[in-house]
Amino acid sequence: MKIHEYQAKELFRKYNVPVPQGGVAFDAEEAKSTARTLGGFPVVVKAQIHAGGRGKGGGVKLAKSLEEVGTLANEIIGMTLVTHQTGPEGRLVKKVLVEQGLNIVKELYLSILPDRATAKNVIMASEAGGMDIEAVAEETPDKIIKVYINPLLGIRDYHLREVAYGLKIPEPVLKSFQAMLKNLYSLFVDYDCSLLEINPLVLTADNAVLALDGKIDIDGNALYRHKDAAAYRDIDEEDPLEVEASKYHLNYINLGGNGNVGNMVNGAGLAMATMDIIKQAGAEPANFLDVGGGANAEMVENGFRILLSDPHVKAILINIFGGILRCDVLATGVVQAAIKVGLSVPVVVRMEGTNVEEGRRILAASNLNLITALDLKDAAQKIAQCVQ
Amino acid sequence: MSIFVNKSTKVLVQGITGKEGQFHARNCIEYGTQVVAGVTPGKGGQKMDSVPIFNTVSEAVRFTGANCSLIFVPPPFAADAILEAADAGVALIVAITEGIPVMDMMKVKNHIQNLPVRLIGPNCPGIITPGECKIGIMPAPIHKPGGPIGVVSRSGTLTYEVVHQLTAKGIGQTTCIGIGGDPVNGTNFIDCLDAFQKDPDTKGIVMVGEIGGSAEEDAARFIQENVTKPVVGFIAGLTAPPGRRMGHAGAIISGNSGTAQAKLEAMAAAGIHICRDLGTLGELCEKTF
Repeated sequence: MKIHEYQAKELFRKYNVPVPQGGVAFDAEEAKSTARTLGGFPVVVKAQIHAGGRGKGGGVKLAKSLEEVGTLANEIIGMTLVTHQTGPEGRLVKKVLVEQGLNIVKELYLSILPDRATAKNVIMASEAGGMDIEAVAEETPDKIIKVYINPLLGIRDYHLREVAYGLKIPEPVLKSFQAMLKNLYSLFVDYDCSLLEINPLVLTADNAVLALDGKIDIDGNALYRHKDAAAYRDIDEEDPLEVEASKYHLNYINLGGNGNVGNMVNGAGLAMATMDIIKQAGAEPANFLDVGGGANAEMVENGFRILLSDPHVKAILINIFGGILRCDVLATGVVQAAIKVGLSVPVVVRMEGTNVEEGRRILAASNLNLITALDLKDAAQKIAQCVQ
Repeated sequence: MSIFVNKSTKVLVQGITGKEGQFHARNCIEYGTQVVAGVTPGKGGQKMDSVPIFNTVSEAVRFTGANCSLIFVPPPFAADAILEAADAGVALIVAITEGIPVMDMMKVKNHIQNLPVRLIGPNCPGIITPGECKIGIMPAPIHKPGGPIGVVSRSGTLTYEVVHQLTAKGIGQTTCIGIGGDPVNGTNFIDCLDAFQKDPDTKGIVMVGEIGGSAEEDAARFIQENVTKPVVGFIAGLTAPPGRRMGHAGAIISGNSGTAQAKLEAMAAAGIHICRDLGTLGELCEKTF
């Protein structure tokens, strides 16, 4: 789960990781009253959306007066911000973070993430702060410091030194840098983060180290033990159909763009493979939808309704390999949904596995216009014909 | 022959009295698997059908000689269940549970690395040696006993699809393993490839990967250097967008890494027979094996 920069900074404060003074504002008046408390100018006004590249997209601006804070907040709140991470449709900005400007002498990059290959947490750091770390990794991989931490042992003092000296942190800041890094690691572990990134982390003229930016992703599977962080979820940042699907525990991803074939599958791997098959047959998948192994008729019905509510969908492919989810249960769900919602587009059904005969019988007896496919190849051809 | 499990494997089921645990334990027993014990804390002394239930894994192992544990414990308690089995000396642990926090699995992995234990999963369908034993949730009838093909996959239903196509072409399987869709798991592709290479009855291997991480690239390098048997490979997720988790916690393209394209290229370079269209996998296997 992604959270906003201002929320990440709330967590930073909780863990004594220094951040610039500031606060979130939902309109110009609020932005101005926050700016008044900062004790001077310039003040930075930053759009709060779940995407990087906000500065380049025009979502981060510097204000030299209170009046300008109001003007900029007005400009940014309500704008559709387009960055390399939002896609061409962009994201509507609903709030800004208003922060004090700092006298920066150096910008650094710092992140912590779980490394799947080694099952260790890894701290990545670079002196090339403020830059796209992927570009740095590609062009000058030796400029990235990587320190691996055994999660059973936790962070040790020598880890802190390796990062600090690796980044050439000046003597007067060394102590506070290491304290900050230790706190960040605690935050990372305590909150089950799947990413904690500060880009840039800055050193100021008065020898302070601060997180100028903050990005935190939290492991969705661990949210049950972080009720406070779960409250950070912002459904305005999510696709409305995905929000709807999540209510029914359906794993749905809207692929956007020009997808014209909706699909419903059980199991993530088969769902991805089904998307690929649709594309190879000359059509375009509109979504990923994994109804899961333990789906019941109601979940299938809700999945079906969500697929149909995407206006781009011109046909639907249902591909179920019955294991735990039996084909008769699936068939019942599809028939119920089709009767309730109405079949506005052609539906190709491919079923295999547990109780497949019973499933096919239920579909046939429904007298609905469902196209049955014999196998995957057949399903791909039939779905392509539907949208041609 | 087979790898990792056979008809003499003695299985205990952790979480045997839960809805899923009970359902699948019964299916495994029906298939012929020796399910010798169940473990549910607080229900020791009771029975699930004729299977004795114990409060702890170590007790179950002591009384029944179980050497494999099949885990259906819910995510918040699953890491603990794996550790309990590992510390009780169970040699093979098959964790079906989906949704274990990554931080928990990292600790588990670092702990069991130094123990004589093999973990399969989590978030996996389990392992089956057709005709001998089924330790997992896969539908039994799609499998064909007697080999000669080994199947290893990161997915569940996608594996069923692959096995189904093999069986439809009259090609049997030695052992089929789902290694799971989580970013941090136990047994990896290389462990399975190595075992299949050494198993005299396995004549060919089907390897099913997906986007995310670099396990397929690592496996491709291993195959190039160590595997002489023919390998057919498939990767799911060519059309998956970057930065989104595609159902499996581990199925995510991060920046430029973990793409299906890169995996396919690495696999092709290693001499693996690439299947680009899942609908034709059975035909490709028929031709290759």
